[in-house]
Amino acid sequence: MKEDGLHMWRRCLLSGMAAWLAAATPASAFIAYVSNEKSNTVSVIDTDSWTVTKTIKVGQRPRGIEFTRDGKFVFVAVGDDDSIQVIDVAKQEVVDSLPSGPDPELFALDADGKILYVANENDNTVTIIDVEKRARLGDIQVGVEPEGMAISPDGKILINTSETTNMAHFIDTATRQIVANVLVDARPRFAEFKRDNSEVWVSSEIGGTVSIIDPVKRVVTDKISFNIPGLRSEAIQPVGISMTKDGKTAFVALGPANRVAVVDATSHKVTKYLLVGQRVWHMAFTPDEKYLMVTNGVSNDVSVIDVAAQKVIKTIQVGELPWGITIAQP
Amino acid sequence: MFRWLVVAISLSAAASPVFAADPIEIGIGYLGRAGVKAKLSLVELPAENDGLAGARLAIDDNNTTGKFLNQRFTLEEVRLKDGEDIAKAAAALAERTGFIIADLPADELLKVADTLRDRGTLLLNAGAIDDRLREQDCRANVIHVAPTRSMLADALAQYLVWKQWKRWLFVVGSHDRDRLYADALRRAATRFGAKIVQERIFEDTGGARRTDSGVTLIQRQMPVFTQQAPAYDVLVAADESEVFASYLPYRTWDPRPVAGSAGLVPTSWHAAQDQWGAIQIQNRFAKLNSRHMTALDMQAWTAARMIGEAASRTNSGDQKAISDFLKGPDFSIAAFKGRRLTLRDWNLQLRQPILLVDGRMVVSVSPQEGFLHQVSELDTLGLDRPETKCRLQ
Repeated sequence: MKEDGLHMWRRCLLSGMAAWLAAATPASAFIAYVSNEKSNTVSVIDTDSWTVTKTIKVGQRPRGIEFTRDGKFVFVAVGDDDSIQVIDVAKQEVVDSLPSGPDPELFALDADGKILYVANENDNTVTIIDVEKRARLGDIQVGVEPEGMAISPDGKILINTSETTNMAHFIDTATRQIVANVLVDARPRFAEFKRDNSEVWVSSEIGGTVSIIDPVKRVVTDKISFNIPGLRSEAIQPVGISMTKDGKTAFVALGPANRVAVVDATSHKVTKYLLVGQRVWHMAFTPDEKYLMVTNGVSNDVSVIDVAAQKVIKTIQVGELPWGITIAQP
Repeated sequence: MFRWLVVAISLSAAASPVFAADPIEIGIGYLGRAGVKAKLSLVELPAENDGLAGARLAIDDNNTTGKFLNQRFTLEEVRLKDGEDIAKAAAALAERTGFIIADLPADELLKVADTLRDRGTLLLNAGAIDDRLREQDCRANVIHVAPTRSMLADALAQYLVWKQWKRWLFVVGSHDRDRLYADALRRAATRFGAKIVQERIFEDTGGARRTDSGVTLIQRQMPVFTQQAPAYDVLVAADESEVFASYLPYRTWDPRPVAGSAGLVPTSWHAAQDQWGAIQIQNRFAKLNSRHMTALDMQAWTAARMIGEAASRTNSGDQKAISDFLKGPDFSIAAFKGRRLTLRDWNLQLRQPILLVDGRMVVSVSPQEGFLHQVSELDTLGLDRPETKCRLQ
């Protein structure tokens, strides 16, 4: 144990040095964009120095946030302005907006980055947007309060979760029709596919579970529960999910439980709980998967998790009520 | 060519949410009294469809979900005028619906519960806050969605104690339900360590709630009524009858905050509540009804949603299956309160956080941090299992 700690410390030092040495070559530094729900801003974080390098003013109530596939723009859903704003990464300012439906919260980009699917909480629809033309292509009627959005690795299926209907809706991206509805626990908020398309995970905030769905049979095959000594089960409210590319390890943000669960993604067993900030919402890996950054809504900061060591190594102060996070792929 | 078409059609039928068979119909009744309750503040006068409007929204929500499960929910409203026989009306309604959301005074609710006892109809009490309905007068065919007076009183007391406003000047109205609320508040004070420094009765001598020169008179009355009090931190008023409490803020002899039936008020819901996704239901409600959502609306919404939730979990429209699920260990409901709500199995009361509102904003939500409980922090609000007098039958 002691030996391990020593090794790790050395590795930290080494990686720190490596980062310092590499500072001149921008390729190894990543940039994270964090939406601050209450401040109406987006914080830009440099993952070399772990500091906020810029705060960008955006519209009202920014939540869902994603880089475009080419890494040149960041889309941010500004729910109270009923639109999705486009941040130019080079200019670091809002340059345009997309016509979403009312109160957009989360969205998913297709594999080519050409079509955007937006969950509109207020009118039970998923809106389809042509990114280039800035045009609305249509709407899909789903359950009450659509929220979580995920596209299957092969691009054929879009998952939308509806918070009051408590379902994961499977939508065929070619026909834009719902092809299956899978009932999950209360208030499903987020969906995430395994890269090999073998499983889709759906978090239920009020139900307190993560449902594992077989994307072919479209049934719940397993359910992950969380049990933290000293915490009432009502306080455990899973939201964001991230999985490593190899599909072996998953991280689940547990909201007001102030913890991120580390889950063996093969056995679906929780292996560890990492204490982070207050009311942890969403998360994103650095492209090298060395670090996982998570947003802590109530403590107004971002925790940095060393993925290999499964330890929180850093906390970065951002704006008020940080919610979403996205990191540019190199 | 034709064969291909048939295959294509049958495939799409299997996959699409449009069902060939007729949907399963799940009827819910709403039983209440016509007429509007008296309020001191004109802006708080309830709408004619107070409560009912919430149930209607829940029916819409249930049907949005129901279209994926081949279930269809309907609402039948019965509003009784003065003098109409409640038992007869309830029995007639129960002929057509297996579930009845009730917004009735305690005695009438009991009458309905006993009338429908052998029929298996499930009642969901959305309106009555009387503790006795969950205690000595509890019934196995009544689920209580409305919070109790003791839950409301405990929610307020926890906050006042947390705020270190522990010395209360206590003013109680002269009607029965004012006294019931006063009992709950007294119990809460003892339970959480507040001290009632003096108790005064505000006698209702009759008179109109609306007069042309009312303000001048009230401005003279209220300071006089509250003078010569021992040192206190907060004035707590028990005035469910809406006779005087709303006149107290800014008019007390000593500059002190007011809580209870005016000032800081405990309630199950308020139009200003926007946390935990609540803005979505507020928007849906306003769109449907062109007004703000009240506590009674929310209680009726929750009641109708509970039926919808049980129907989707059991994938059934069967009255017994739905009732059993609601009363069973797997039931919970999301109702924009930041955590799941469950039923107390000893008296079928819905556990719920209570909002503390000042009329325009949500000031806090109880249970307060630090009030701990071995089962659920929500059980720090209201009478707990060891104290209960309820024997469900």
